[in-house]
Amino acid sequence: MINVLFFAQLREQLKTDRIQVDMPTPCSVAQLQTQIVQQYPQWQAFFENRTLMVAVNQTMVESDEMINPQDEVAFFPPVTGG
Amino acid sequence: MSITPPYDHIAVQEADFDVAYEYQQLRKDNRSDGAIVFFSGLVREMNQGSDVTGLFLEHYPGMTLTSLEKIVEQAKQRWPLSRVRLIHRVGQLHVSDQIVFVGVSSSHREAAFDACHFMMDFLKNRAPFWKKETTSKGDVWVQALEKDQTALEKWQRHDED
Repeated sequence: MINVLFFAQLREQLKTDRIQVDMPTPCSVAQLQTQIVQQYPQWQAFFENRTLMVAVNQTMVESDEMINPQDEVAFFPPVTGG
Repeated sequence: MSITPPYDHIAVQEADFDVAYEYQQLRKDNRSDGAIVFFSGLVREMNQGSDVTGLFLEHYPGMTLTSLEKIVEQAKQRWPLSRVRLIHRVGQLHVSDQIVFVGVSSSHREAAFDACHFMMDFLKNRAPFWKKETTSKGDVWVQALEKDQTALEKWQRHDED
């Protein structure tokens, strides 16, 4: 089971702040995205957004990063702090 | 280079901060440093074409502090800094409120200026905060600016020199 979190505008667009995804691991971030879109086809446009950022276990990564069971994955728009 | 834990401070908080107090923490009993540089960021009333009346700062609680610690660590590896204080506020803020404080002390001013600049540039791109503004046209998420990303590349190019 992979715990997936969403933040900011993406959280509002998806109307949820977290889901759990049951899929074979290890898998890549890109594979997880494909799985999420299969499960929630209405989210496709949001996950095709190339500016989307991703963190695995609270560290920003690229989409080829591998995910293990129980990892926490977060998707969010480009950050705007400071 | 000396690292003095009681003077270093990294925080994510709803509460306001006191710049005078932060400055004193950088200065107090500090005989080795010749320079203190700090930056404080404020909520301004005009942004991306709208008049702003308030600002909500969302963050990723499990990740924000770690990401700020990483930024401080990178700055310390790059410049001879002795004290670093970095505070970022979250939650509901209003026009002219303080958002962020970055302050460093160093033996020389070039290191202090550059380190502050570097930390703000990295914070803008690498720390999971998002701003939502309350404006006369409704609530709007602040869009990331390309100039902020370009600012990072400048430091990376620097590395390759």
